[in-house]
Amino acid sequence: MEILDILLTASFWAAAVRIASPLIFATLGELICERAGVLNLGIEGIMVIGAFTGWMTVYLGFGLWTGVLVAMLAGMLFGLLHATLTVPFGLSQHVVGLGVTLLATATAAFAYRLSLPEVTSPPKIVPFQPLPVPGLSELPLVGPAFFAQTPLTYLAFALVVVVSVVLYRTPLGLALRAAGENPASVEAQGLSVTAIRMGAVIVGSGLMAIGGAFLTMSAFSSFFFEMVNGRGWICIALVVFGAWRPGKAALGALLFAAFDALQVRLQQTPMGAVVPYQVFLMVPYILSILALVLMSRRAEVPAALMVPFNKGER
Amino acid sequence: MAPETGAEVVLRLDGITKRFGPLVANDAISVTLRKGEVIALLGENGAGKTTLMNILFGHYTADAGTVEVFGQPLPPGHPRAALAAGVGMVHQHFTLADNLTVLENILLGTRPLLAPRLDAREARARVARLSRDFGLAVHPDARVGALSVGERQRVEILKALYRDARILILDEPTAVLTPQETSALFETLRKAVAQGLSVIFISHKLGEVIEISSRVLVLRHGRLVGEVATADTDRHRLAEMMVGAEIAAPRLSERAPGPAFLTLTGVDTPRRGNAPGLKGVTLALRAGQITGLAGVSGNGQAALAALIGGLETPAKGSMELHGARPADWSPRAALTGGIARIPEDRHRTGSVADFTLTENAVLESYAGPPYSRRGWMNWRAADDFARRIIETYDVRCPGPAARIRLLSGGNMQKLILGRALEAGPRIILANQPVRGLDIGAVTFVQNRLIAARDAGAAVLLISEDLDEVMALSDVIHVIYEGRLSPAFPRGTMTPAGLGGWMAGHGFEREHTRGGADAA
Repeated sequence: MEILDILLTASFWAAAVRIASPLIFATLGELICERAGVLNLGIEGIMVIGAFTGWMTVYLGFGLWTGVLVAMLAGMLFGLLHATLTVPFGLSQHVVGLGVTLLATATAAFAYRLSLPEVTSPPKIVPFQPLPVPGLSELPLVGPAFFAQTPLTYLAFALVVVVSVVLYRTPLGLALRAAGENPASVEAQGLSVTAIRMGAVIVGSGLMAIGGAFLTMSAFSSFFFEMVNGRGWICIALVVFGAWRPGKAALGALLFAAFDALQVRLQQTPMGAVVPYQVFLMVPYILSILALVLMSRRAEVPAALMVPFNKGER
Repeated sequence: MAPETGAEVVLRLDGITKRFGPLVANDAISVTLRKGEVIALLGENGAGKTTLMNILFGHYTADAGTVEVFGQPLPPGHPRAALAAGVGMVHQHFTLADNLTVLENILLGTRPLLAPRLDAREARARVARLSRDFGLAVHPDARVGALSVGERQRVEILKALYRDARILILDEPTAVLTPQETSALFETLRKAVAQGLSVIFISHKLGEVIEISSRVLVLRHGRLVGEVATADTDRHRLAEMMVGAEIAAPRLSERAPGPAFLTLTGVDTPRRGNAPGLKGVTLALRAGQITGLAGVSGNGQAALAALIGGLETPAKGSMELHGARPADWSPRAALTGGIARIPEDRHRTGSVADFTLTENAVLESYAGPPYSRRGWMNWRAADDFARRIIETYDVRCPGPAARIRLLSGGNMQKLILGRALEAGPRIILANQPVRGLDIGAVTFVQNRLIAARDAGAAVLLISEDLDEVMALSDVIHVIYEGRLSPAFPRGTMTPAGLGGWMAGHGFEREHTRGGADAA
């Protein structure tokens, strides 16, 4: 019964939406990369870089939106590195991706120590504040749950629509999807597979970094080394869960976030006194794995995912 | 379709040369194409046909030579420039994205990438009109992944026509088509030529070249070795130009069939992924007889080969080997039962690329004497065996210690053939034994199979090449969606008759829908 009570509170849904937001940014970013045929395992590190640079920018006295922009640019820079190595050079996407994650994570730690050598606990910034949507936020239950969020959350959900429209309704989206399925089809139409794939990885990495920045600038108000905590890997699973479709992937992110929000609340119920809290922590992951198994059976992987394209190869 | 010598020259290739390392793929080749004609580029695998066309289309850059389209020089290395100049190419391996619809595939690359919207309404009408005018029926909203090979080719041609191609290049377009689909394609090409398009038709199939082209250009080892008006030549002369030597067609002597070595009665096997299983297959492989299996690829050939090779067991029905039901069926049981296999894909399942010729030679027999005893390899015996194959089967190679990766397809196939035949098999499963080989190797492999048949082996010849099946088989079955036609004895069927069966006509009605389309 406690579960039902929790599910009917606005704060539960508000938390789910908030937890889902960074996942949505990063999942969309990964989805764009993979639709173009590049698996971007740099995601975890790029989120760390985004979280650090966004927070640092604001800490140095710039505006919040400037922070988001800087985070995105930093992510795109690592995206450029990843894209250069995997697309024109055709190196292993696994190795490059993990390399980028290690490099980006270490760079963030290094820059943190360099800029704040004396600090024991990281300084706080004033993060994005909730921005209730006039009218809609007054609705019972739904209002406080969905329409009293921070601007970055609204941006995340707006991006789901934008990415869908671009993928399915524009020539660019067509070329992107074709590049991930059969790059030869793109090449034969006189378009550059290299340009499309690199562009996708760079833009996708920018989105991942905004996902990371959400953590320091909207969810929390400070930067910790462990704060991304595997969210990037979750997003890679969410892309599969969503069968490479933005809408379904965002739904998956919400589902995962809801499990996460639920387990925190369950810990505070009488049940939490009996069951070790680690069990609750496991719940979202176990349920995600189950959902993944069920959902991704019939998913169609982009046929050229992880297949480098070399023009003129015999 | 006589060559219109007076017509405008639409394309001129002049002195095209292209090298890949030490290999000269194109050696100073010059070609002219006139408005409203079909020219054929004829040549064996590796003769340089596809390379030449890829240079024209901008996939490769030539080391020397120029390309002129409608009197304008074409900048090298840019497919976009070729497209803009009115050159359309239908590649041998289709350049379609399976996850997109037909219409989306046609639209790909036709709009500026950053255009805000993809307005398909006008395009849809134009595609419908082109479909009608050129006889290219295909549903614009179907996902390409769900289409048959023939339909995909129509999409490729539509793609070129949609971009106002005036010159159409077709690279081995009939390799994957049924005879009916091929005649539909030729119908389309005739309509295109009547509307003033020019066509370059790349093929190594002589009959088709003679049927569709007005002029034939023959390439051999990267050189243009001949250019003749189709009316002034015939199959035989073209074949000799292509090979550069006299060739003798394989001959099958009269021979009474012996007892059935392997019989299948009403056998079903399960579907594996996209490959259909067998449905109620009844077949007898008899001593001293070549049984030909014709059919469009993907209609159950793989299932039948897997069954006989021991990789699959019947889900229903019965199989008898030498008059008895085998107790348990596995590749090992097939080998000990006297079945030799020449697999469809010699690279993937026929050999291990980084193994030496010796290692590959004993790949099926290493587990027992004379090649190993008590768990130890006897490399001397294995080497001797490899040497024997190299000598008897004329495998051109540096020696038995060379890695098989270095061999040409023909020589690799000869080693596999030798490995199969030297074991003295009673049943030979030859799955596409000459695919991708040049005529010399083809003749060699075919004659060896005939010799094995004359010596009393039962041969199952699986091939997508109807001419090959008809030339080599004592009896022919057609396979369609896992079902087998009745056996047609040699000389009782025409290509058109077999083509009908290959397209599914003649099979029980409820089983003939879907899959390969009978255009």
